[in-house]
Amino acid sequence: MAPVSWHSVDLTLDECIKCNICTSHCPVSAVTDLFPGPKYVGPQAQRFRKGGQLRSPDHSVDYCSGCRVCNEVCPTGVRIAELNARARAQIVAEKGLPLRNRLLGRNELLGKLGSFAPALANFALHNTFSRFMAEKVMGIAREAPLPTWSTSGTFRDWLKRTRDQRLKSHKKVVYFHGCATMYYEPFIGKAAVVVLEHNGYEVLVPEQNCCGLPLLSNGEFDAARTYHRNNVSRLAGYARAGLPIVGTSTSCTLTLKEEAPELLDYHDEPATTLKLGTYDIFEWLRELYEAGELRTDFQPLPLKLPYHAPCQQRAHRIGKPALELMALIPELELAESHARCCGIAGTYGYKVEKYQIAMDVGAELFEFVKAQGQDARYTACDSETCRWQLEHGTALPSRHPIEILAAAYGLYDLERRDVVAEKR
Amino acid sequence: MKRMSTDVLVIGGGSTGVGVAWDAALRGLRVILVEKRDLTHGTTGRYHGLLHSGGRYAVKDPQSAIECIEENRILRRTHAHCIEDTGGFFVVTPEDEGDYPDRFKAACAKVGIPCEEIPLREAFRREPLLNPRISRVFEVPDGSADSFLATHVTAQAARQAGAQILIYHEVLDLLTEGGDGDRRVVGARVCDVVREEEVRIDAAITVNAAGAWAGKIAAMAGVPVNVIPGKGVMVAVNHRLVNTVINRCKMPADGDILVPVHTVAIIGTTDERVSDPEMLTIEPWEVDLMLQEGDKLVPGLSRSRILRAWAGVRPLYQEGYTGESRDATRALALLDHRRRDGVAGFLTITGGKWTTFRLMAEKTVDKVCEQLGVERPCLTATTPVPGAEQGHYWLGHRLHEVEEARLQGDLICECELVTRAMIEQAVANNPTVTLDDLRRDVRLGMGPCQGGFCTFRAAGILHELRLRAQEAQPQTDVNGGPPWNVAYLQSPRHSVQTKPAALDSRVSPLDNPNLLLRDFLQERWRGLTPVLWGRQLKQERLDELIYLTIMNVDHLPEDGEASPLTEFWRFDAAAGAKEDGQ
Repeated sequence: MAPVSWHSVDLTLDECIKCNICTSHCPVSAVTDLFPGPKYVGPQAQRFRKGGQLRSPDHSVDYCSGCRVCNEVCPTGVRIAELNARARAQIVAEKGLPLRNRLLGRNELLGKLGSFAPALANFALHNTFSRFMAEKVMGIAREAPLPTWSTSGTFRDWLKRTRDQRLKSHKKVVYFHGCATMYYEPFIGKAAVVVLEHNGYEVLVPEQNCCGLPLLSNGEFDAARTYHRNNVSRLAGYARAGLPIVGTSTSCTLTLKEEAPELLDYHDEPATTLKLGTYDIFEWLRELYEAGELRTDFQPLPLKLPYHAPCQQRAHRIGKPALELMALIPELELAESHARCCGIAGTYGYKVEKYQIAMDVGAELFEFVKAQGQDARYTACDSETCRWQLEHGTALPSRHPIEILAAAYGLYDLERRDVVAEKR
Repeated sequence: MKRMSTDVLVIGGGSTGVGVAWDAALRGLRVILVEKRDLTHGTTGRYHGLLHSGGRYAVKDPQSAIECIEENRILRRTHAHCIEDTGGFFVVTPEDEGDYPDRFKAACAKVGIPCEEIPLREAFRREPLLNPRISRVFEVPDGSADSFLATHVTAQAARQAGAQILIYHEVLDLLTEGGDGDRRVVGARVCDVVREEEVRIDAAITVNAAGAWAGKIAAMAGVPVNVIPGKGVMVAVNHRLVNTVINRCKMPADGDILVPVHTVAIIGTTDERVSDPEMLTIEPWEVDLMLQEGDKLVPGLSRSRILRAWAGVRPLYQEGYTGESRDATRALALLDHRRRDGVAGFLTITGGKWTTFRLMAEKTVDKVCEQLGVERPCLTATTPVPGAEQGHYWLGHRLHEVEEARLQGDLICECELVTRAMIEQAVANNPTVTLDDLRRDVRLGMGPCQGGFCTFRAAGILHELRLRAQEAQPQTDVNGGPPWNVAYLQSPRHSVQTKPAALDSRVSPLDNPNLLLRDFLQERWRGLTPVLWGRQLKQERLDELIYLTIMNVDHLPEDGEASPLTEFWRFDAAAGAKEDGQ
């Protein structure tokens, strides 16, 4: 594999004034000495790296979870998380990648494989012995909150099954579902579709790939490039035609918007068109709301709901639109978390050497949820792996805000996680 | 008055003087070297760090070129860990057309410098930021050198061979005997500026290796030596824009070399004849010119983060020369004042360049031996200095060692990865008077924040060490001074501490951490003022808040007090006096 090329992201190291704000906010270095902090592994270490050096001089950058809190707080604009991702890719290019990280990077493939026989796959994966073996052989933490495959078919199966009931309209929106919705949580996609249709939009779901983020965060840039190229060629045309591309997974949309083009050097017209045409679903719904086009026929939802805006959502730099829209729901009592991170950071917390770090990082959030008392029966969060971590850390079920919205429209059962009576 | 005697007295603790001391000691001569400040305080510590292949001089000054390539090969062995094998490019930019490139190639072949024209694609692959309009690229065995480390380990080698190195010893006068036509220099009266005592040193031969100050020393013996002080301004950018030395393929001129050294890249230099080697002021046009020329090598260099600017003064020498310093020869000049001026026991070695310091020393000590009537061969070309077995320096070296030994929590200077133990070992194993001495030892404060976060930490550590030293017995070595062990000072791993460092409690300036702090801040500030814009200005604003707003250092108890061990008291006192007078 070729060494990682020179890149404009690298030059942002010059912006660093050493102030340590990133280090004091980093959720990982706050709980472990194994990670010396974003300033050290980012702009500082970068001055000691160069292409073609005999070996990468450092390895502690591998303990960066990629949560991007550092970017969020940096007062001078150093692209710390990207510097770290690229440094990790350089290490991977030199040393190769353990099988585990290869597997964790390929959730689309895993999703597909498991979906042939989901019940069997769930049984095979989710039993004490398999998890013990997975930890010993591959280094996947046995306690880590791995998802279960959907036993009621994939999201696309549901789309096909309900083809005749789907809304046709001159107003169209493209939905980027991501791998988790496709194979593990089709109900998130169902909720998104019914919410969009309720607002008069026909939902198009073109063929799509994994966004490539798990590969990027595990340092497999070449494989990620293939995925991103496919997505660009399949989706850029819609964006060019003026159709918004919305997603329920904040990390997938962030990857299309920012991470993939930046880390992989995709700045051509199609990639840029896709980048500019992609929205977090709540970002786009808020635009509808601001234009007075969002239906607000919400039913009361008498719930106490702790909401955590995940790191990857905050990295969109769009405020907290899910919180704004959920606030429109009568009788819904929202509690906003200011915890930095849940700890899982995609596949970070699955790794045996990082599981406890992830749990320690998440403690701040888990405490916040606990402090809400018995009334809180659910938590809400936009990102799938974060929801799984939240459930793992608090024992409360967690929901995507789109499920909350769908429920408030009376279209969705929060407990069963399924759409209620199909209606137009 | 304290009295010492020796065979050879060397004046000047730059690369040349230390090289002479090393060479003479290896040949079994008794040697004392005196330096008025720290080693490398003069021109050696202010150069761009280029280990010449000789390519730069191949066309214009073939004799210099031959010396360079020969010494380049030797130093790569004897001083391996002080050198990074970066390789060098000579690039032809659109402004450098004409027949020079072909003459250059032929001249390199003639003087024996390996020089190969490489495909442009290969050159741009290795250095992606190079000006895309470059039309030809020649590769030569340039390198980059750490002149601080090289001089310090050479001094260690000299001491191990029996030489005495006395830093912060300033020559007050040369001692002469005899009358006209039969005069001879028999030593010097020097002042130990730390302990404020005078020392008389009797010497059979005195070697004037005072570099740009050689004229002043020679004048003490009534000998006119017209050193041409050629001031060169250099500008460092915050990180290594290139990893290969980049030279313009044309007649040597201003701003045509870009050298990657440690974590920075340095663009240099100007060449301005000045009246006084202490004239180190930097004019705005000089910085502008460096950046303008830098852009021709790496477009956008002028807009990247500029770390600091500084000036050094070349000790050029050409008998009877009156022209521009740029055109003065770079060849070494050994003046035997017995033949030249009728003053025996006195040699001046000047001219040359860092790359040829060993050769300059060899020729000097050959002459010393001849005059002392002893016949001993030079050993320096085949004797590696301590630490050379570590092999060439590589950029990731410090980071790698910090990571392997898990020293991230011990960093004092975070930018340059200096650990607490490195500072303590440097202070204990090596005479240290000011924080600026520590900077030369371990690169303290040389990174992006320019001492913003490490100055107060280091001053605090020195204060602690001083308290500890009052209880401990100072370590001494055979020469009666503190031990001098610097070969591994740059290495975080080698400095991991086994026992608390004991400090030479006689070193008095450490008694006042406030002055240490103030003088180091002033020293860093001096290099920043010529380049205060953009990102470095942001940095300095933060540093200003730290030191002036939080720590109130402009109202230290010693505000305005002179400290004779840095040069700032002069500037400060002068500025203060002027203000008072107005």
